[in-house]
Amino acid sequence: MPVRVRVPTPLRKFTQGVDEVNAQGNNIRSIVEDLEKNYPGIKERICDETGKVRRFVNVYVNGDDIRFLQNLETSLKEGDNISIVPAIAGGR
Amino acid sequence: MSFVKGLQCRECGQDYPKQPLHVCETCFGPLEIVYDYDAIGKAISREKIAARDKNLWRYRELLPIDGEPQVGMYSGFTPLVKAHRLAEALGVKELYIKDDSVNHPSFSYKDRVVSVAISKAIEFGFDTVSCASTGNLANSVAAHAAKAGLNCYVFIPDGLEQGKIIGSAIYGPKTVAIKGNYDDVNRLCSEIGDKYGWAFVNVNLRPYYSEGAKTHAYEIAEQLGWKLPKHIVVASAGGTILPKLGKAFKELARVGLVQDTGCKIYSAQAAGCAPIINAFHKGTHLISPVKPNTIASSIAIGNPADGYYVVHAVKESGGWGDSVSDDEIVEGIKLLARTEGIFTEPAGGTEVAVTKKLIQKGRIPRDESIVISITGNGYKTLEAVAPSIEQPYTIKATLENFDQLYQDLNPLVSQAAGS
Repeated sequence: MPVRVRVPTPLRKFTQGVDEVNAQGNNIRSIVEDLEKNYPGIKERICDETGKVRRFVNVYVNGDDIRFLQNLETSLKEGDNISIVPAIAGGR
Repeated sequence: MSFVKGLQCRECGQDYPKQPLHVCETCFGPLEIVYDYDAIGKAISREKIAARDKNLWRYRELLPIDGEPQVGMYSGFTPLVKAHRLAEALGVKELYIKDDSVNHPSFSYKDRVVSVAISKAIEFGFDTVSCASTGNLANSVAAHAAKAGLNCYVFIPDGLEQGKIIGSAIYGPKTVAIKGNYDDVNRLCSEIGDKYGWAFVNVNLRPYYSEGAKTHAYEIAEQLGWKLPKHIVVASAGGTILPKLGKAFKELARVGLVQDTGCKIYSAQAAGCAPIINAFHKGTHLISPVKPNTIASSIAIGNPADGYYVVHAVKESGGWGDSVSDDEIVEGIKLLARTEGIFTEPAGGTEVAVTKKLIQKGRIPRDESIVISITGNGYKTLEAVAPSIEQPYTIKATLENFDQLYQDLNPLVSQAAGS
């Protein structure tokens, strides 16, 4: 299933500077695998050694945090927009 | 002269030169400023600090700028109020209010972090400053940008209190309200920052910005006669200030300005948005995000990026944390106003209410020094307390009418005073 993935600045060195790429997969886990296939090295920046999304990385599907959905198992449909965003803080 | 050596990832330890960068390119961990503390220890002294102007730059050796401060010449050095009447109400011996509700120029602790961030933005050569904010930060960025003559964009969630919206717009920035909550604003801003190359004070300048929070703690120590308090209570939202208070106290000891007598730090959150307290009470550092539902909009951050470090800093200090309901928050605001004459926003009400709860539970002892960090001003959030405030008595302009009202209000007094 083709989806769009927004790539944050720190990961663009893997995508030759491109800020949005296409990926294939039925859920976030398979999207990460697909990204790794096309952009080797990107997976270990998104996921830690146990395979979970890193603590300081947020992943959104159409603006919703996957931790409110089914995390890596969050299923996707064609045309979904995925954003990978480093955690930031300090608002108020 | 600068005492900054560079940036370092808090997670994996990777070093970076000074630059506008906030996350580690390897592991996405947050970056921290690395100082040369030995050199600072030699350069700084109580006397030197005492001779400087009463603003946050009096601790400049411990702040991450290279040149002269560019903004914030009147920010910081807010009152440390000896709170006798609140102490009596809470049944404790020694209580202080560190009152950043009167910080210059925008009435919140944010004037500290923004002074540092914008000074740094100017050093880096940015011409546009920006922020993601629930209000106070936007107010402060807009005010400081105006003073510095910089372009300014502020991003806020829609549905904020009028006072906070107008309190930014008056300084002439472009104010953009995002349909959604603070976390939505935050996410969008990190993408905008990437794309437009602006100085987002709490995104790409975050390592510098967050250092400004330390000055709140430096001042407390100086105002206590270069001593650390035994206990300090502060609200947690994104999680910037609390770990920085702990860091600041340790730094003061390291550079020889105080003795490290230990200070327990307590985190306060609203029950309607308590991801950090939830994690703490579960005994984990892992923060599960929540959807905020509280009147305390300034601390309604459901996905606090520095939450992990708040839990860590509280534990390391031997402190604790708790959350309180919106009703308790309003009571906290009123209690502070009616005992100390200080009008704070719901974040401050949260701190007062949590302090009360922790004292009642025996978590904070009654006979040791306690500081409550009040970080924002109640005049910006009138909506939060308006429904529970007594309406004025309206009478005709005659003395008889007032005599009657006085007797109604004081039924035990047979004659009106003075009659």
